[in-house]
Amino acid sequence: MPSSSESGPIRVSFRRRMMNHVVTLAAAMAVLLVLVPLTAIFAYLVYKGVGSLNWAFLTQIPKPVGEPGGGMANAIAGSALILLIASAMGVPIGIGAGIYLAEYARNRMGDLVRFTADVLNGVPSIVVGIVAYGIVVLAQGHFSALAGGFALGMMMIPTITRATEEMLLLVPRAIREAAYGLGISRWRTTLSITLRTATSGVITGVMLAFARVAGETAPLLFTAFGNQYWNWKINQPTAALSLQVFTYAISPFDEWHRQAWAGALILIVLIVIAVSALRMAASRGMLKGSS
Amino acid sequence: MSNRALGAPRSPGPQPVVKSGIASEASSRSQALLKAGNPRIWDGLFHLAMLACALCVLALVGVIIYELTTRSQLSWKAFGWRFFFASEWDPVNEHFGAWPFVYGTIVSSLLALFLAVPLALGVAMFITEMCPRGLQEALAFATELLAAIPSVIYGLWAIFVLVPLLREYIEPWLARYFGWTGLFTGAPYGIGMLAAGMILAIMVVPIISSIAREVMMAVPQQQREAVLALGATRWEMIRIGVLRNARAGILGAVILGLGRALGETMAVTMVIGNRPEIAASLFAPGYTMASVIANEFSEAATDTYLSALVQVGLALFLVTIIVNILAQVLVWSVTRGMPARGHA
Repeated sequence: MPSSSESGPIRVSFRRRMMNHVVTLAAAMAVLLVLVPLTAIFAYLVYKGVGSLNWAFLTQIPKPVGEPGGGMANAIAGSALILLIASAMGVPIGIGAGIYLAEYARNRMGDLVRFTADVLNGVPSIVVGIVAYGIVVLAQGHFSALAGGFALGMMMIPTITRATEEMLLLVPRAIREAAYGLGISRWRTTLSITLRTATSGVITGVMLAFARVAGETAPLLFTAFGNQYWNWKINQPTAALSLQVFTYAISPFDEWHRQAWAGALILIVLIVIAVSALRMAASRGMLKGSS
Repeated sequence: MSNRALGAPRSPGPQPVVKSGIASEASSRSQALLKAGNPRIWDGLFHLAMLACALCVLALVGVIIYELTTRSQLSWKAFGWRFFFASEWDPVNEHFGAWPFVYGTIVSSLLALFLAVPLALGVAMFITEMCPRGLQEALAFATELLAAIPSVIYGLWAIFVLVPLLREYIEPWLARYFGWTGLFTGAPYGIGMLAAGMILAIMVVPIISSIAREVMMAVPQQQREAVLALGATRWEMIRIGVLRNARAGILGAVILGLGRALGETMAVTMVIGNRPEIAASLFAPGYTMASVIANEFSEAATDTYLSALVQVGLALFLVTIIVNILAQVLVWSVTRGMPARGHA
């Protein structure tokens, strides 16, 4: 605060100094107020979740209402299945579109794709659910893991596309030119040199997209639908961790509430691991070859 | 540097060995890279494959628009534009009007912005301009963490922590001291519009503050130095040097938060009460566009019912898209290096 020193030639009036302090205090209060729910949510998750977490929760399927015990093993597996399908769809298309934007389309067409990706990013997740219902569920005739994966895959694409593009653009031109100079063809250069140089950045983007859809519930409500039993078939209704947490949270049973907290804890632990890994990758530097 | 770009070095050993090792590895690698068939054909194929991926992105948005418009045809034909302003939602007799949902969406989102914007701007200001370097990184991480929590967990927390808190303490207090405004009357259920607005506010704060932070950091340092040189206090420097230059982008951040609040589904569905009613009091239960789809879509028995829900979805889609595009343009105007000048 250089201006508040009284010795200088400029005398700062009391009112202005007070205003400065008031605003600083208000901003600090805002930070505290925002940190309160953050810590409260994590504290509650750990406090309620850890108490309900046990081996049965991780290995058993839900028991009928009224019977104690049971778990969410099928929901954890279902989430894994759905996310696998989503990644199988979202990652290649996202990376491909990112490569196209960075390497081939510094033009009008590129602008259009970029804009469309941003639009896709802003589509409410519940609307994505409606579309997946119309395309996959109606075509198949029933709810399925495939439909859920399709919905989440759709949501992964724009994030991955934009991240890939950004990372590829960070790779210096000289590296591409060096490869061309060695007589390496363009596609080989893109895959084995440019993309490879940007690998850690692209992985960060993929994980960001993954973390974002891992906890999504709304698009799964009428695509994956949920299931009280084991299911490994991709064309059958499938349980998902987030769906199960939702169903249990709005139920009137204490036992289910307890399990909802445990499920939420598992969900958040998985996501926090992904986000911190991402953070670490980001701080290690996106590009190995440059700088 | 070129060999690092190839991703070659993993374990550096003693000097001379490394040199020859890299050289031979690099040469064998480039041999492998050169071997692949006719480069013209492969280049063409690769280009086409990448183009196909990009076209997938275009196609997805096309498919969204197509699906939403065709599947809502029935409802458009039956109700037209009046759909959005009629307030009767009666699935049994197939009378559908979406006004209670439109109203609930608007009120809960505006309430969320009202609560979130001052907080988010305070946080952004504190992180970029006021706090010590060491704390900067940690606070930015904490707010990002808040953005990574899934919506359903916010909802869970809201049901078991926020709602009881509202019911026992906050709502009675508001009713006693602010009941005269008409906004805080009726029985304090806890569940209702106020709970939805508050949980939405908690959810949009990190979005608004992280974009606002980005925008504020894009303001050139000279702007700050110039204002400080004129003898401004720190707050005056922020107000004149930073906020004024970044205002278009900050508005963009707020609108982006609005876009998120409008489309938010799970947390709101869990605490808003899900009753298609319009009440002046914020204690009363309500319903939003996203939550009516979430609750009733898989139970919609008739074609008209389903179609009406898709029409709600279409409206939600169009509104969020417009809001998001507007926000993007505003944010770009600042971060692209040209401070927006409103009225020069």
